[in-house]
Amino acid sequence: MSEMKKIKNLKEFSTSADRFEGANLLCPGCAHSIIVREVLNATNDDLVLAASTGCLEVCTAVYPYTSWDASWIHIGFENSSTAVAGAEAMHKALKTKGRLKQPDRNPKFVAFGGDGSSYDIGFQWISGCMERNHDMMYVVLDNEVYANTGGQRSSSTPIGSSATTSPAGSISYGEKQNKKDMLGIMGAHNIPYAAQVSPNKWKDMVKKIQRGFATEGAVFINAVSPCTTEWKFDPKDTMLLADLSTDSLVFPLYEIIEGRELNITYRPKNVIPVEEYLAAQGRFKHLFKDQYKHLIKEWQDRVDENWAYLQRREEARV
Amino acid sequence: MAFDKMELRDIEVWDGNFAAAQALRQCQVDVVSAYPITPSTPIVEGYAKFKSDNYVEGEFVMVESEHAAMSGCIGAAAAGGRVATATSSQGLALMVETLYQASGMRLPIVLNIVNRALAAPLNVNGDHSDMYLCRDSGWIQFDSYSPQEAYDLNFIAFKVSEDHDIRLPAIVNQDGFMTSHTAQGVATMDDDTAFGFVGTYKPMNDMLDFEHPVTHGVQTEEDWHFEHKARQHNDLMTKVSPKINEIFADFEKLTGRKYNQVESYDMQDADVAVFCMGTSVETAREVAGEMRAKGIKAGVVGLRVIRPFPFMEVREVLKDVKAVAILDRSSPNGAAGAMFNEVCAAMYNSESSPLISGYVYGLGGRDLTKAHLVDLYNELEANAKAGKVTTQLQQFIGVRGPKLAYL
Repeated sequence: MSEMKKIKNLKEFSTSADRFEGANLLCPGCAHSIIVREVLNATNDDLVLAASTGCLEVCTAVYPYTSWDASWIHIGFENSSTAVAGAEAMHKALKTKGRLKQPDRNPKFVAFGGDGSSYDIGFQWISGCMERNHDMMYVVLDNEVYANTGGQRSSSTPIGSSATTSPAGSISYGEKQNKKDMLGIMGAHNIPYAAQVSPNKWKDMVKKIQRGFATEGAVFINAVSPCTTEWKFDPKDTMLLADLSTDSLVFPLYEIIEGRELNITYRPKNVIPVEEYLAAQGRFKHLFKDQYKHLIKEWQDRVDENWAYLQRREEARV
Repeated sequence: MAFDKMELRDIEVWDGNFAAAQALRQCQVDVVSAYPITPSTPIVEGYAKFKSDNYVEGEFVMVESEHAAMSGCIGAAAAGGRVATATSSQGLALMVETLYQASGMRLPIVLNIVNRALAAPLNVNGDHSDMYLCRDSGWIQFDSYSPQEAYDLNFIAFKVSEDHDIRLPAIVNQDGFMTSHTAQGVATMDDDTAFGFVGTYKPMNDMLDFEHPVTHGVQTEEDWHFEHKARQHNDLMTKVSPKINEIFADFEKLTGRKYNQVESYDMQDADVAVFCMGTSVETAREVAGEMRAKGIKAGVVGLRVIRPFPFMEVREVLKDVKAVAILDRSSPNGAAGAMFNEVCAAMYNSESSPLISGYVYGLGGRDLTKAHLVDLYNELEANAKAGKVTTQLQQFIGVRGPKLAYL
């Protein structure tokens, strides 16, 4: 049986052995490490972890060091999902054959990837793993940009953001495409559980991660990961940015069960204008020039429309 | 529920694909992660059917691309068990990134490549373009010339690959259609004997040992990358060849079937020789016999182990030959043939210097006929008599239009 930890306050996180060490090379203020710790600390079960090439990988497994006190694998940019799926298949095979070294354990299989490796280059691999319903969890550390390679746009980069391959300039407001609805797409695989989480709403996150761990089959988690380097904010403000993203409803927190039941899991008491979220980040700075100000209104309309859409789905139980 | 064993006749009539599938069954592979592509598909279909009929207990994961197939194999191998897959041509090309990752991570995996041409133009038939594509990927690479050898070399590949001193993945090549879809008599081992040869998988650095967590697939830059690559090359150069010889000897003891890293036929007194791979070896052997009846001392050399390249063995087998033809079944696309280059390198700086000429043949499944080989042996004989290569160094054979020759 899976062991679910009781976590009522932040202190209780510290009762778990840290299987992801603080000794890593991630930027000060990077949300990746906070999210990873929140995921890992939600269980005392053994872990088989994978990471796609990206910030998390290059900052935590630089030979001869490792930040991981758990089984961990990295292969390439596009295939952390399938690496864990292969390990999960081997676990099943060895269980059948009675060759597990610790047959009483109940390991959890978790793959991490950035939005570049998840929304773009590894999209097919994740889709395959979800469709085949491997007993695994895939977690996107979504910072809406190729941060490890220096800030290129991904299909998660939102409209109006200035990225190095879609830079804002005298005749351009930056990224022209809107963010891909990854959670909707993964939900449409009719997997047992898909959810969006944010590191600031840790109770909501723990609940979802624990539900994911208790689920037999494929679980998809999209975690907003404010990036101090590419979003351009002060490293001390990571949690403030996470608050702004959830409370402006730019990153609504919700879950999709079996592709058929959408539940909104967090309703901010005071909804913050999107403008405040945008104003807190250097990547949107140019939107406040007169020529692009109309885009801020469009941003607000888009967020309002999406919130209404989610509420309609929740109400209609679809 | 225990799996069922299968009663086999001493000699079964199998094509190369089914022979390889039977070997995967008898080795009781723990995970097969695969994606279909002609002409290799029946190998993994065979494993899937064995699973459906309770002849294997492993997991079959039918993924969504060849890249994912090898990615799944890598994850499964790192978890700690016996892993195999199969592919061909475009599938292998898509898989290449992960081939380098598998070998660099020192994970034992057996990959059956049913050799097929590379597009464009699209072509499903046999040549060695895919075999050449992964030549430098750090995998141990065997070549089989018949269904029997495709069967045997799978057992040998697992045993070499999984050895704790080796821990490198291994490829077993067979010719698309000519071997993979041509049924021949295959001498079998019974299930217990066959499994006994490879034994139960012995894990090492396995991710499923939670008492000893391991980090696989780390980052190394200019500080350590070179040492890792050098160590892998060193193991291929110094440890793998003796291990292959040891396993070949074990296999001969068990079955009576003897394999060598370089196979030689009628080479004891040969003046002229054809050096080739795959099903062409058998054709060349037949023609060599006929040439001998005509008074030409003809021999054949077949490369059995492509990597690590048996440099000294090649040098030894060709040392007394006057003229040798190196056959490349892949377009060199602007160079001398890759195998031509490798053999020339082996002979250069040696005490003997046979006349070496290169031939490109059989692309996209074009037949290599006996008539082609008769002409070829006659050219070699003329070279031997003249004491120099009388043709250009590179010739295309069996292609339409005016003769193509270069260098």
